[in-house]
This record gives sequence, structure tokens and C-alpha cells, in this order.
Amino acid sequence: MDFPVLSTVLLAPLIAAFALCFVDKENRDLIRKVAAGAMIFALCFTLYAFFNFDTAVGGVQFAEKIPWVEDLGVCYSVGVDGISMPLLLLSDVIGVSAVYTSWNTEKRAKEFFILLLLLIAGVTGTFIARDLFIFLLSYELFVIPVFVMVLVWGSTKRLPKEFVAMKFIVFLLMGSAFMLVGVVLLYVTAYPAGERTFDFEALRLAEEMGHFSEDFQIFAFPLLLLGFGSLLSMFPFHSWSPDGHAAAPTAVSMIHAGILKKLGAYGLIRVGVLLLPLGAKYWSPLIVTTAVMGVLYAAYIVMAQKDLKYIIGYSSVSHMGYILLGIMTLNAISVSGAVANMVAHGMMTALFFSQIGYIYERTHLRSIPELRGLAHYMPHLTIGFMLAGMTSLGLPGLIEFLPEFTIFVGTFGVYPVQALIAIFVIVFTALYVLRLLATLLFGPKDEKFAVVPDEQGVSLVPLLLLGLFIVGFGLFPSLLMNVVNCGIEPLAPLFEKIAAAPTLMGGVR
Amino acid sequence: MNLMDFVRLATHVGLHHFLLFSALLFAIGLFGLLTKKGLIPLLMCVELMLNAVNINLVAFNHYMPVSDYSGQLMAIFAVAVAASEVAVGVALAFRIYRDHGTVDVDELREMKG
Amino acid sequence: MFFDFALYHAWLIPLLPALAFLIIGLGTRQNKKTSAIIGITAIGASFLLSLGVVGAVLTKRLVMAAPFVMKTVWAHIGNMDLGMGVLIDPLTAMMLVVVTTVALMVNIYSVGYMAHDPGMGRFFAFLSLFAASMLGLVISLNFLQMYIFWEGVGLCSYLLIGFYYYKISAREAAKKAFITTRIGDFGMLLGILLLQITFGTVDFIELKTLVPNYIWVSGTSFLTVIGLLLFIGPIGKSGQFPLHVWLPDAMEGPTPVSALIHAATMVVAGVYLIGRAYFIFAELPVVLHVIAWLGGFTAFFAATIAITQRPFKRILAYSTISQLGYMMLALGVGSLTASMFHLMTHAFFKALMFLCAGAVIEAMHEEADIFKMGGLRHRMPVTFKCMAIGVVAIAGLPPFAGFFSKDAILAAAAEVSFPLYLLASVTAFMTAFYMSRLLFVAFFGEVRDDCPAQETNAFMRWPLVVLAVLSVVSGAWGHFAGFSDWVFYGVREEEAINWTIAGSSIVLSLFAMWLAYQIYVEKRWSSHQIAKRLGVIYDLSFHAYYIDEIYAFIRELTVDKIGQLALWVDTHIVDGVVHGLGRLTKGLSVLLALPQNGDTQRYVAFFYTGVIALVAYSLFFAVKILAVTGGAF
Repeated sequence: MDFPVLSTVLLAPLIAAFALCFVDKENRDLIRKVAAGAMIFALCFTLYAFFNFDTAVGGVQFAEKIPWVEDLGVCYSVGVDGISMPLLLLSDVIGVSAVYTSWNTEKRAKEFFILLLLLIAGVTGTFIARDLFIFLLSYELFVIPVFVMVLVWGSTKRLPKEFVAMKFIVFLLMGSAFMLVGVVLLYVTAYPAGERTFDFEALRLAEEMGHFSEDFQIFAFPLLLLGFGSLLSMFPFHSWSPDGHAAAPTAVSMIHAGILKKLGAYGLIRVGVLLLPLGAKYWSPLIVTTAVMGVLYAAYIVMAQKDLKYIIGYSSVSHMGYILLGIMTLNAISVSGAVANMVAHGMMTALFFSQIGYIYERTHLRSIPELRGLAHYMPHLTIGFMLAGMTSLGLPGLIEFLPEFTIFVGTFGVYPVQALIAIFVIVFTALYVLRLLATLLFGPKDEKFAVVPDEQGVSLVPLLLLGLFIVGFGLFPSLLMNVVNCGIEPLAPLFEKIAAAPTLMGGVR
Repeated sequence: MNLMDFVRLATHVGLHHFLLFSALLFAIGLFGLLTKKGLIPLLMCVELMLNAVNINLVAFNHYMPVSDYSGQLMAIFAVAVAASEVAVGVALAFRIYRDHGTVDVDELREMKG
Repeated sequence: MFFDFALYHAWLIPLLPALAFLIIGLGTRQNKKTSAIIGITAIGASFLLSLGVVGAVLTKRLVMAAPFVMKTVWAHIGNMDLGMGVLIDPLTAMMLVVVTTVALMVNIYSVGYMAHDPGMGRFFAFLSLFAASMLGLVISLNFLQMYIFWEGVGLCSYLLIGFYYYKISAREAAKKAFITTRIGDFGMLLGILLLQITFGTVDFIELKTLVPNYIWVSGTSFLTVIGLLLFIGPIGKSGQFPLHVWLPDAMEGPTPVSALIHAATMVVAGVYLIGRAYFIFAELPVVLHVIAWLGGFTAFFAATIAITQRPFKRILAYSTISQLGYMMLALGVGSLTASMFHLMTHAFFKALMFLCAGAVIEAMHEEADIFKMGGLRHRMPVTFKCMAIGVVAIAGLPPFAGFFSKDAILAAAAEVSFPLYLLASVTAFMTAFYMSRLLFVAFFGEVRDDCPAQETNAFMRWPLVVLAVLSVVSGAWGHFAGFSDWVFYGVREEEAINWTIAGSSIVLSLFAMWLAYQIYVEKRWSSHQIAKRLGVIYDLSFHAYYIDEIYAFIRELTVDKIGQLALWVDTHIVDGVVHGLGRLTKGLSVLLALPQNGDTQRYVAFFYTGVIALVAYSLFFAVKILAVTGGAF
């Protein structure tokens, strides 16, 4: 057996978290260095996997499999394919950035970094799981650290942080309750007792052999959609997300917007679309329409927001609408675009939040009339905000343009009206992003920011790291798209098969 | 049932008597548990109910066709457990009295949801 | 052979300034002199390569029918291949040399103009990035690549308009420019998407063969939609009505930027796009009609505004809009040659005038109102001569550049539609009038006592001279050396000057200039009196028909108000439902919590009630249970 790359990536933060339990809590420097070290270690292995991912071969690579609970058919089974590989990279890049963004955490630093590492381990596990049980286990695992972190390190603005933490957890657990029902249904329907398994490939096979009847799929898909959809902040189940961003500490906002939402989208593809394609097809017109409504609606709300975190929170609701649109259009091009856009949006929004976190940590301000004219004193911060903003409005040459374009190409032929609205929102995006940048960065000097230092040294790490990927993948999209392609191309027959399947609009679209 | 049968049943001590007795004991305990206000009487009532159960155990063990003494053993266990329970209960009662200045259960309402 | 070398290394033309941007941006930003040297060297090298490419055209190595193509795959998604590469034909070559020439001149000029600005390094970085994007746009192989660089030049324009970021006006102008052009880009993106979906490719070369077949099979109706959508992009970028509003405000940027981006190069990208994709547009008569009339209307409309403006650069800006309308008009009436010819000459003389404006405004210590100037020809003789050449060129007097190109457009318009020709002629008359007004008011008359103006330094003077020379000769050279042999669509166009049209246009221009001279120098008629006489019309023109105000109102209504409404809906209705559900649960829980009032004995009572109920239940069903278990209970 080859070297267990993925297990290393998964275990690095776990072991570091465990080790941190034994570090003196006063020794903050050691604590954060251990955390950073573990994440960089994991990132190196992820990069190794990413660049050694054989796109010519495709399929699941770096697979490991150890039986666990054999009676239930549970295996510790990990591996990455073209869909999860970029997302694994995303989560480790954001993980490193999140650690560096929280470098100056003073309050209970030890517990903070332990929870942060657990959180990252949770999302890593979800992305690399090849077994539905492991997937669910990791999926539920991250909720707890997030809850505690919002509760202890969060900030109270519009709503008290305790309230938000509760809203967050109730929303997600409600969603996962529905999803759990759906998953159990899948598990029992796929195979007769005794042969049951949680293995993704086997479940996929069950679908291909027609074990899931069309009626069953149509019934079970909304259950999964409720779970994954509320995590990816699908309109109208999005309202926990901006509040959550606003109350959460920066690192959690980064991971939440950058990774957790992508996790919802990933789950929707991996479990929803791949295991229940007919159900997905049946509901797709409805979901596509709500997705586009969400895109427009959230963009409108951003216009009226003043708080930076709410702005980015709602803008990520809007962007996630594009991703949902891409997934639910159910063709190879649009889904490729959606997967690539998950990476793109993750990097972009994490960069945004890390910049906001930087300025908030030093000034305790984060609404735009109060923060203004920062370009005079903080050129690095300005570059960070400009880079994130330009990515957000889909400037070509940066990471988000091509994925969005791909989604539009894929969607336009199937749902022209919805696509038209979605494309029109790029004008709105430009409007709110530029308004934000203009007021925040430019304009007359404000002397009170003269004492705030610019990003230097450690605090530059998130900008440099995320900026590298944003520009790199933007200029050379093949690096990203080739991997995504080799994950989506095998699904082309599936999409062709369901192209003719009925939807809730009745006949064949 | 004629009269003689009834007399025989009433005078000849059998399982029914024990069961009736224990039920009575249990009911008294329950009544006390529901009506008494002090913690100590409540504890005593609980003891009554426990002992009602013990009587059942022993009675069944005696009258039913079982080979070993499991019922009686169980009763002894129950007595031992009851003893420690009382010890803990009384200690708690003392503690509560010290903290709250009363052992009246109507005033001890911290469990209110 | 240098020409072949230049052709095969044409990809270096945009790459060199891009490298300069990286080097300046990451390294030498703080060092003004090094930054300037790097920027100028890069654009100079690109200029030389462009000359090589033009050389290849002149030696007939390259003709319209057989462009030079280099191609690589940029991204591959599903069954969609997105390419990047180089497409060079004479049209590209012309654009390359125009862009690099003006960019080089502006770079040199900026050394003088920005000498005292602490942000000079940043300025050169942005200029280099702009040059890279613009040159990338010019050599684009397909629509997507063009869109990518199209947005790239938009970004640079945004950055450079907002270069003086501490000025609120600059900040707002930059934002406005970006968003207005974004609206255009939305249409263009839609058009590109439709092309991709319909043809499976956006490559110019491939489309060129696919489009005629498609029209032969399916007719032009769907393509007309695509064509109109594609045209929305140029409307935004090239400042056509109704998306022209950003261009006058863009003058907030440093003047060299106005000269390079908002006069000579970026704004003509829209015209270039249509020229590049002329094989589509030429097949769509409806679209051509729209282009022609919109262009003609814009030309006229902007000229009516320019007549009453007072700031130096604002007049030039409206004149740019007007001239861009001219180019559109030429495209619309089917003359690619005339349009591109005018594009070239206009780039030279408009850049020249803007650079003069920069010199004047700097000499006047940032005073932009022409009526506060006067007599500058005594103080700044070189600048005056250059400016005069520019004005004569745009007025269209022979033998200056504008005469030939404008005449070509008028001739082309006259062939197609007399009303359009009339519109263009009236515009030409107004152009001559307001440009002469600008010249006479600013440079003639008495020198004011408090006038601080002095002749500019050498860095700023020599580019003026070079551009002035080009403004004189480029028209005649293009006309006689055979511009129409190189750049044309379909069959080569006739180039002989139609002296009826040319003659009448010369007479009109001369009359306009004489009129301006009488009003503003001789003061035979008072301009104030005329303005007062015109009343409402003057007011409308002076305030640019209040279009900005109307747009602000619409934006307020459709964006901000609805935004606030959406926020209200979100916090009160969507969130209200969520919180309501929470509250409902909480309410129900209160109901259930009622029995649990802390009275221990009540708990006990409930408990035993439950026990009794259970026992009663099991007794009641004892029979059934016995039946099920067969009495083995």
C-alpha cells in the first residue's frame, strides 16, 4: 500500500489538536506555531496530492480502505476524485489562512486553536470520505466546534452572539435531521439486509441498477436538499448564514463561508445528484428558480447593508446561488462550473473575511461609513480588498471568472430566463462591490486610522497564500479545470440519461 | 364462593394476604409521599414503599415453586441499597436544610422548568 | 528577417508591458525613475515589434484574407475548448501600431507630467497593465479572449480614473465608469454565451466559416439578436448613447490617462470589436441599421453638449463621444475601411489635444475652465501650435489627417442614406465650431494678469510634437499609400475623394471656424446673449440633458429602494418566519412546562398516574397478550 497521503492530511490537525491539550496555556507562541505547523504540513501533502493527481486516469485516487463496523457495512474509506480534490485543496489553503488570521487571538488561545483544528479536520474528513457513514460523521462533527467558537469568541452586533450560535446550530441540526432520514432511507433501500453498505461506489451502483425507484428518488431528494441546502444557504433557508458570519470570529467566518457552504454543495452533488439523479431532475426547475431568486434577492440586500460582514455574508448567499444553479442544471458543463466556482468563491470569500478580520481586530469597527479612506495608510490591506472585490465581481484573469462563465454556458441552453437573471446580477455585484471598495478604501483621509499598522509579516500570509491561488488559477485555469473535468467527465452519461427524465413541470424539458 | 371458603381464605394465611398487605403498605407510602411536606417523612414513606416491594419478593419466593432463594436475596440487596439510600437522603436533607433553612418541599422549587 | 520575427513573436507585444507591470508592482514601485524607465522600455519594445508587424503588412506578407494565427488551449471544460492566442491581420497591425505609438508618447509625457506625484511608480505600473490588456485585446483570437482583456482594460480604466483616490469625485467617476461599462459587458457576455451555445465556438476564424452556413440554413433572425447583444458591449465601452455618461466623468483621472485610454485606445475597443467581428455584423442589415443610427445620433447628440461646456477636458470628452459615434456610423453604413481609418487618425489628433490639455491645465495650476484662460498662445507657443493642428485636423480641413478620414465616412454615409449624411454633416459643422471655440477662448485674446502659465518641459513637449506630426501626415499618408488596400471587408473600397462631399464639408468647417472667430475673438456677437436667447435649449445642453440626474433617480428607485425593501423582507419576513418557528416551539414548551412547577410531589403524582395507566393498559389488553404469547406469560 502506498503512503497514506489522505490520512496524513486528516490526522495532522487531529494530532496537533490532541498535542495542544498538553501545552501550557500561557505559551501562546508555541500553541499557534503548533497549529500553523500542522496545517502547513497538511497543506504540503494536499498540494502533493493535487499535483500528483493523475488527470489522465481519473477516478478515485489515493484511496485507503479499512473495515470498521462490518455489521453495518461501515468502512474507513477515503480517497479523492476530481470533484473532491480541488475542495480538499481549498479547505487546507483556507485552513492555513485561518490559523494565520487568528494569530493574535488572546482569549483562551489554546482552546481556540484546538477547536479550529478539530473544525478543519471535520471538513477535511467530509471531503475525502468515500463512505457515507464517515461522511455523515465528519459532517456533523464540525457543527460543535463552530457552535462553541461563536459562543465564546464571537462578537455581538445586531444580534447577541448566544442567540446567533443557537440559531446556527438549530438550523443546521434541523437540516441534518431531514438529511439523516434521507440517508437512512437510501441505506435501507439500496440493498437487502445483510448486504447493506455505506460505500459511495456501491450505492452509486445500486442507483445504476435501478434499486432506487423514481418515486422513491422524488420523495427522498427534498430531504437531502433540506439538509445540504440549508448548509449551502439556499434561499429561503439562508438567514442563519449572514447572522452567523457577523457573530463568528474571523477564522470561523472564513471557514464557514469558504468551506462549510461548499460542503453543502459538495454533499448535494455527491449524495443528492449522484445517488438520486431522477429526484434531482424532478425538482430541478423549482430549485433553479429559487436559486436565481436567491442570487438576485441577496444581491439586493447587500445594497442596503452597511456592516462589512453582513455585506460579504449576503454576497456569499448570492454567489452560492450561482453554484446551486450550476449543480441543479444537471449537465456536465454547468456542474464543472459549479465545482470550480466552489473553489473560486471559497478562496475569494476567505480572503475577504481575513481582510475584514484584520481591520476589525485593530479598530473594532466594521461598518463602512465608519471605516473609510483606508488606502492612505494601508496599501497591503487595500490590495487585499481590491483583489477580493475584483474576484467577487468576476473579473477575468482572476479565479472566479471562468467558473461563472462555465455555469452560464451550461445553464443558458436549459434555463434561459433564469440564466438571464443570474447573468444580469453581475451588474449588481459590480455595483455593490465597487461601492464597498470606494467607501472603504478611497476618499479623504481619516486621521484616526493613522495609528493602525498595515498588514506585515504574519498577517500578510492569508493575503499572499489566497492571492497566489486566486491569481494563479485565474491566469492558468487549466490547473484547476483539468482536475475538475476528470471528476465530471465520467458523469456525462448519467447526465445524458436523466436529460430526458420528467420534471415537476411535467414533460421533458 | 360460600361462607366457608371465605373464612378459610381469611384465616389461612397465604400469598394473597402478603400481597394485600404489601399493596396496603405501598399505598400508605405513596399517600404519604404525596401529602407530607417535610423531607424526612418523605424519605420514610419511600422506605415504606421499598419495604412493600421487599415483602412481595419474599412472599413470592416462599409461595411460588422456585428452587433457590433469589427472591429473598433480592430483598436483602434491596434492604442494603435502601439503607445507603437513606443515608444519602438524610445527608442531602441536612445539606438542604443548611442551605435553605427549610426542608419543606413546597418551598424547594428550584426544579421549576 | 525582422518582419517575420515580429510576427512570430507578436505574443510578446502584450506580454512585455505585463512583465513591466509585475516588475514595477512588486519591486520598484517606490522608485520613480526606475519605474518610468521600465515602463517606457517595455512599451518601446512593443512599439518596435508592432512596427515589425506593420512592416509585414506593408510588404504584403499579411493580408485580410489570410491572417496570421497562433493558438493554445487556455481551458478545457466538458466539450468546450477555450483558446488563447494571437490573430494578426492588417486591422490588428493598424491597431497595434496606433496603441503602442500613443502609449509610448503618453508614457514619455507622463515622466514630465507626473514628476511631482508620489504615486508615479504606481502610475507607470497601471499604464503598463493597461497597455498589456489593450494589446491583448487587439490580438485576440476569439470573443472570450477579447472579453477577458476587455474587462482588463476596464479594470485599468477604473484604477486610473480613480488614481487620485483621495478625491471623492475621482472615486465616484471611477466607480461610475466601471459600472456603466459593466452594463454593456452584460449584453456582450450574453452575446458571447449565445455564440458559444449556438456554434460551439467563439473563435473568430472558425465563426467566419460557420456563420455564412448558419445563415444559409436558419436565416438571420437569431443572429440578429446575438448581434444586438454583442453591440451592447461597444455601446458601453465606446461611450455610445445611452451609456455614454461615464466618459465625461472619466476626465477626473490624470490627463495622460484621458489621452491614452479615454480618447485614443480603450474607448475605440468597441469600434474595434465590431470591426473584428464584421463578418457577423455585415450579414445582419438590422443590426447595421441600429449601429449606424445610434452612432449618428450619438455623434450629433454629444456635439450639441460639447458646444456649451466650459472645462477644457470635458469639451474634449464630448468630442470623443461624438467622434466615436462617427466611427460607429461608418461601420453601420458598411465601411470598415473608413471607420478604421478614422479610428487611427482620431487616435493621433485626439491624444494630441488631450496632451495639450494636460500641459495647459498643469500650467494653469489645475484651472480647467477655458473662460478663465486666454492668450495662452503667447505663453505656450509650442503647445498652441500643436493644439491648433489638432483642432484643424478634427475640423477636417485638408491636408490634415481628419479631412481624409472624415471625408471617407461622409462619402460612405452618403451612399447609403441621405438623412445619415445630413446628420453627419451637421455634426461636422458643430465639431468645427466647438473645437475652434475651445482654441480661440483658451489661446487667443489677452493674457490675464494672474495667468501663471509657462511653456512645458521637454518630456511633455516632444510627444506633442511627434503626435502633431502624425496628425498632419497620417491622413494623407493613409489615403495615398493605400490604407484601403490593407484594411477592408469583403471587396476593397473605392478611395477617390468625392469632391462634392469633400468640398461642401470644407466650406461648412471653414464657416464654422469663421463663426467661432467672430463670436469669441472679434466678439461681434456676445456669446452670453446667444445663450440667453436659446434659453431652455442652452440649459439642456449645458447640463447634458440631465441624463445623469435621470439615471441617478432610476438607480435610486430600482436599486437602493428595492434593496432596502429586500432587507426589510429578509429581517422581518424570512427571518421572521424562522424566529417565529423558534418562538412557536418555545411557546409550546411553556405549555408542556406548566406541570413541572418544581413541586416534587406533583412529579410523583404524575409518575404514579402514569404507572397506574400503564398497568391498567396492560391489564385491559391482558387477554390479547395472552392470546399472542399462547399463555406462556
